Amino acid sequence: MNIEGKRHIWSDYQKEIADDHFFYVRSCIRQSFFPGSEQFFLNLMRNILGKDVYENPGHTTCTGIGYHSDIVPSATIMTVIARHFALMKESGYKNIAISCVTSFGLYTEILDTWKHFPEQLEKTREYLFKATGREFDIPENVAHSSDIIYKFKDLIAQKAKNLLINKITGEPLKIVEHIGCHYAKMFPKSGVGGAEFPHVLSGMIEAWGGNVVDYPERRHCCGFGFRQYLVQANRGYSVSNTAKKFSSMKPFKPDMVLTNCPGCTMFMDKWQYTIKEMEGTSFGDKGESIPVLTYEELAGLVLGYNPWDLGLQYHMVQSEPLLKKLGIEYDNADKFKTKDGKQMPIPQNLINS
Amino acid sequence: MNRDVIVIGGGTAGMEAAGQLAKAECKVTLIEKEEEAGGHVRNWCHLFPDRRNSADVVKYLSDLINQKNITFLKGTSVESINKSKKKFHIKTNRGHEMLSDAVVIATGFDLFKSEKKEEYGYGIYNNVITSADLEAMFRSGDLRKQNGEIPGRIGFVHCVGSRDEKSGNLYCSKLCCVTAVKQAIEIREHLPESKVFCFYMDMRMGGAHYEELYMQSQEKYAVNFIRGKVSEVGESINNGLIVKVEDTLAGRPLKMELDMLVLMAGMEMAEGGRKIAGMSGLNTGENRFFAAADNHFGSNISNIKGIFYAGTCTAPMNITETISHARASVTEVMDYLKESNI
Repeated sequence: MNIEGKRHIWSDYQKEIADDHFFYVRSCIRQSFFPGSEQFFLNLMRNILGKDVYENPGHTTCTGIGYHSDIVPSATIMTVIARHFALMKESGYKNIAISCVTSFGLYTEILDTWKHFPEQLEKTREYLFKATGREFDIPENVAHSSDIIYKFKDLIAQKAKNLLINKITGEPLKIVEHIGCHYAKMFPKSGVGGAEFPHVLSGMIEAWGGNVVDYPERRHCCGFGFRQYLVQANRGYSVSNTAKKFSSMKPFKPDMVLTNCPGCTMFMDKWQYTIKEMEGTSFGDKGESIPVLTYEELAGLVLGYNPWDLGLQYHMVQSEPLLKKLGIEYDNADKFKTKDGKQMPIPQNLINS
Repeated sequence: MNRDVIVIGGGTAGMEAAGQLAKAECKVTLIEKEEEAGGHVRNWCHLFPDRRNSADVVKYLSDLINQKNITFLKGTSVESINKSKKKFHIKTNRGHEMLSDAVVIATGFDLFKSEKKEEYGYGIYNNVITSADLEAMFRSGDLRKQNGEIPGRIGFVHCVGSRDEKSGNLYCSKLCCVTAVKQAIEIREHLPESKVFCFYMDMRMGGAHYEELYMQSQEKYAVNFIRGKVSEVGESINNGLIVKVEDTLAGRPLKMELDMLVLMAGMEMAEGGRKIAGMSGLNTGENRFFAAADNHFGSNISNIKGIFYAGTCTAPMNITETISHARASVTEVMDYLKESNI
């Protein structure tokens, strides 16, 4: 492995990422399954980095899952996304920050479609105006929220309380990075580092002191793949994809997986539980499963935030082995308590806990 | 006849053209950007299809340009070409200013930069090499992995940067198939215990003795030919190369671990040729090579009277074709000088 070769490729895929004043659009899945991630993104941007990030309550789903399931036609999704651009224009913002990789892929695809087929853009303007009376502008800057954390990764490193070092061994943590397919595989120029050797997450890992694990099935799908999962009869295929990926990374004994896509986080986390139930197989060291974190959650740990405030307890694979390696103190009694201290029901069968 | 002709490019085509022009009593200036003449063939070990030592070809060409009518300017590149009436005025990076009656462009080709096919990991994975890197190993007589071990399983990826819309090169580079066959045989001779796999789209064996070499590689040397394109390369925990490929004849995906992967880099218009096209107004085709005036009976003729093409600056060619094309360019130059009363 020659890191210089990777740097050479990365230098070809440097995208412009706005510095401030973001119109933030949330993800359907992440709000439900990893709610601490988006919450911490806003906290980090506004209160730690001092940036202006605006959320409009009128923002809706992008309908991406419906689009990829063939139940939402392209004219409809273009109009939905055009409405988000209209909300952005009305709010006085020009830089869009997108939380979801599926949405990011769709925004990128639709902007590219409009560039090559301007008549589609004009039709979308007409549909939106007829339906809502709204008008919109094309954003000046389109960034995925992982792009934005990547941009500020060195600032985060300067404020770090927990670098990605195994406190027990003194060695850097071995971290698998997994990039959502829709981040850059369709449009390599839209992702930091391109499609084959993306740098958006590996850059964070390096900046925060960890080591990136390169393993044979690094590019393989997480197992979601939309209709592999959405069509119930295909779910075995979805699980087998995840099993193939984890079997490939297992010999490298990774300490955690870092992802930037809601689907990837969800499936790499939850299918580990499923595979363990089905086959009794686990993929981490010493019979443990491998914690799968979002980049916001990891940034939060690096900055010294309480893992339960970051929402790590809502993952199927619990993060205690990772927290121990990082030397982070935590109190399991607080794990499933609300902000005002009320005890919530404690889920059964959590793994690694 | 005592006319001035400038030949730009000191590879096979340029050396052959310069030598034949000098024999025809032209005063020739041969301009070469490198410190030594010979071009790509200098870096090769043995040539297809008969496994001739490339040094024989270099010696033939070197002897050919060793004539009193030839001035060889090494380490020199052309900065400008201007035509005034029937004279060409050429300036070089080393301050030469020359007049000539005709110009032969023989700027050749560059090998496709294999790192552009990011999925193959050239420059990233240590034992992913190019066909040119393998020739360098053959020349040194030392065929090893980067860690010094002898490779046991070696793969060849055909069409790297050729017949590939993503790379912007729709054309076939023509020589890579037979080069892979030749190199596969050579590996089996160097390392009789090795297993060799060629991943190909089509085997284009369109030259004299190519098909025979292809048959020999299978029957005598047991080279495995797998019809399918490699989709990606990764590295195992033992630093083996994990290669994913579709076997289109078996109709199934294939994943195998190899010790070494050789990328058959295609041919592209040389950077030097592109600069000359930009400064002179010479036409280039969609494939970015120089565009000949006529594909059938004007393949040496450019859109500027008095400027002629020789060799792979117009299209991929093997050495035999390059030498023939260079000789044909000399015929065109002589006809032009005669018809123009120069």
